[in-house]
Amino acid sequence: MADILIDRVAKSFGAARALAEVSLQVADGEFVALLGPSGCGKTTLLRIVAGLETASGGRVVIGGRDVGALPPRARGIAMVFQNYAVFPHMTVADNIGFGLRMQKRPVEEVARQVGRAAEMLRISHLLDRWPARLSGGQRQRVAVARALAVQPAVLLMDEPLSNLDALLRLEMRADLKAVLREAGTTTLYVTHDQTEAMGLADRIAVMHGGVIEQIGAPGAIYARPATRFVGGFLGSPPMNFLLCSASGGRAAIGDFALAAPQDGAVMLGLRAEDAVPVGAAEGIPFDVRVVEPMGAHLLLTGAVGDQPLRAIAPPDAAIAPGARIGLRPDPARLSWFDPETGRRLEAA
Amino acid sequence: MAPKPWVPYLLIAPAVLFLGALFLLPLVQTLVLSLQGEGGLSFANYARMLGDLNFADALRNTFLLTLVVVPVQIALALLMATMIARIGAGRDLVLWVWVIPLAISDLAAGLAWLAILQSTGYLNSVLFALGLLDGPTPWLTQETPVVLFIGIALAEIWRATAIVLVILVAGMQLIPKEFGEAAEVFGASPWQRFRRVTLPLLKPSIQSALILRTVLAFEVFAVVYALGGRNFPVLVGEAYVWQGENQNTGVAAAYAALIMLISMLATFVYLRVLRTPREQMA
Ligand SMILES: Nc1ncnc2c1ncn2[C@@H]1O[C@H](COP(=O)(O)OP(=O)(O)OP(=O)(O)O)[C@@H](O)[C@H]1O
Ligand SMILES: [Mg+2]
Repeated sequence: MADILIDRVAKSFGAARALAEVSLQVADGEFVALLGPSGCGKTTLLRIVAGLETASGGRVVIGGRDVGALPPRARGIAMVFQNYAVFPHMTVADNIGFGLRMQKRPVEEVARQVGRAAEMLRISHLLDRWPARLSGGQRQRVAVARALAVQPAVLLMDEPLSNLDALLRLEMRADLKAVLREAGTTTLYVTHDQTEAMGLADRIAVMHGGVIEQIGAPGAIYARPATRFVGGFLGSPPMNFLLCSASGGRAAIGDFALAAPQDGAVMLGLRAEDAVPVGAAEGIPFDVRVVEPMGAHLLLTGAVGDQPLRAIAPPDAAIAPGARIGLRPDPARLSWFDPETGRRLEAA
Repeated sequence: MAPKPWVPYLLIAPAVLFLGALFLLPLVQTLVLSLQGEGGLSFANYARMLGDLNFADALRNTFLLTLVVVPVQIALALLMATMIARIGAGRDLVLWVWVIPLAISDLAAGLAWLAILQSTGYLNSVLFALGLLDGPTPWLTQETPVVLFIGIALAEIWRATAIVLVILVAGMQLIPKEFGEAAEVFGASPWQRFRRVTLPLLKPSIQSALILRTVLAFEVFAVVYALGGRNFPVLVGEAYVWQGENQNTGVAAAYAALIMLISMLATFVYLRVLRTPREQMA
């Protein structure tokens, strides 16, 4: 059993607050992604769990044991560092086998595990090389292999695929998911790439400014963002936000009206794929400014009134820049936010 | 713009010229002096040096002192540098205090230790006060060679460990802290971390410190002179005596040439044995 409990962990560097009372639970064998923009405190949280940074408050419990007083090596973890930290004075093979050698495992076992981890990360041909002679992506894979080789109960990864090209990243993602699922490794995975988080994680914790804004399954977070920030951070193109005013339970956008959860100023969150382009006479009036063919669809950029908006249309739709079209939203897939607090409004 | 291959050479030319004029030239002159005999080139000066009553002692003492002092200094400086690396607040103050001996000339350092170790010095006063001695006891004589040696070694260690410390502290600052952290996460104990990560990555700095300290240790003189005079002959001391008292520049030059040869050999060995291939640098 190796579950992780992060209980009201806070961290300040001098006067600067990096984490404000963050709480998160990762079940045994679960894969949780910490997703958030640069500087939101992801690495700081991961380093506190690893024991490389001391929290200013709160506690971390791993496998039922409060690890606050334990040094990193006693916490039963492996870690992939954001800047790799691959030892320059050891060959790739020695790097990957480092953890096992520290555990004084038999030589044959070390060799076997090193071979296995290297194979999975497609770096078997690099085993005799020195890290200084590797590309950034290759070095990053050495760091991942080094962590996987020890077959840890808890794996902490800080943007482990950030330096790979798109195709390799896609392959590694699938491999990583399969291997970790099979081994039942409890994983905390830091990334600022939302597709990576969506694809890999059982649950995603979206962080912003030292706070976890929402925790949930990828689909749930995507469909029902708890805050305006989460809605805007997940999805590509990002969610559109339209400020409108509602009265009598109806929000008006141009000539178009939608059922709103409360009266007064409200903010509609609309994903591009949740609105169908229709004739100019119906739906939300949308002035198209730019049309970008993306292959699978057309990406339309324009405005509703004076508020910017992005929409998508079928690849063969005849839409010209400068045209006015209508967008018919799917009422079941809309999000509403309080424009003041940015929090989600639930339909009454 | 294509880089011009001669630019680097042009840039180091002033330094090379400077060294050539003020270092290489006197060096060659010393060699020539040491090889000048009655009628033309000869090894007479070297023969006289080898036959000198004090030569064997001086050679042995110099080597013994170097073999004891340099390893102790490296070990001590490593320990101190490791401690400094862990200090948060007050780190600069500790470092500053530790490198104070650097600011003291070696003769002054020798005299300071003389004040401690001479027969009416601080050490004896303390031992007398504790009832361990009956009266003034001389330590720095030919009859007490072991204590004399220890006294000189102590003074040298006290005086010149700081320069090693400075080199190692600078070297440690160049090692990204993530390497130590990664080792720690993957199960290395503090000792293993030092042994498997810090030490190998510090090798270039250790090499520099070893070369500097060894060369200087073979040139040890002022501290020895202050504490033991000629009770403890060393190579540079003999060169001084031949030049000053015996007015024989030829033999003095032979001593100087020998010291130079030993230093160059030591440097060569360090450069080979502690070589760090470029691809393994941090
Ligand atoms: N050692 C430190 N001293 C002072 N401030 C720090 C330190 N480490 C991090 N911070 C601050 O804490 C905040 C969070 O940093 P952190 O490295 O956790 O961000 P991150 O989410 O990992 O960002 P990125 O995606 O860029 O890696 C930042 O504002 C950063 O400036
Ligand atoms: Mg980070």
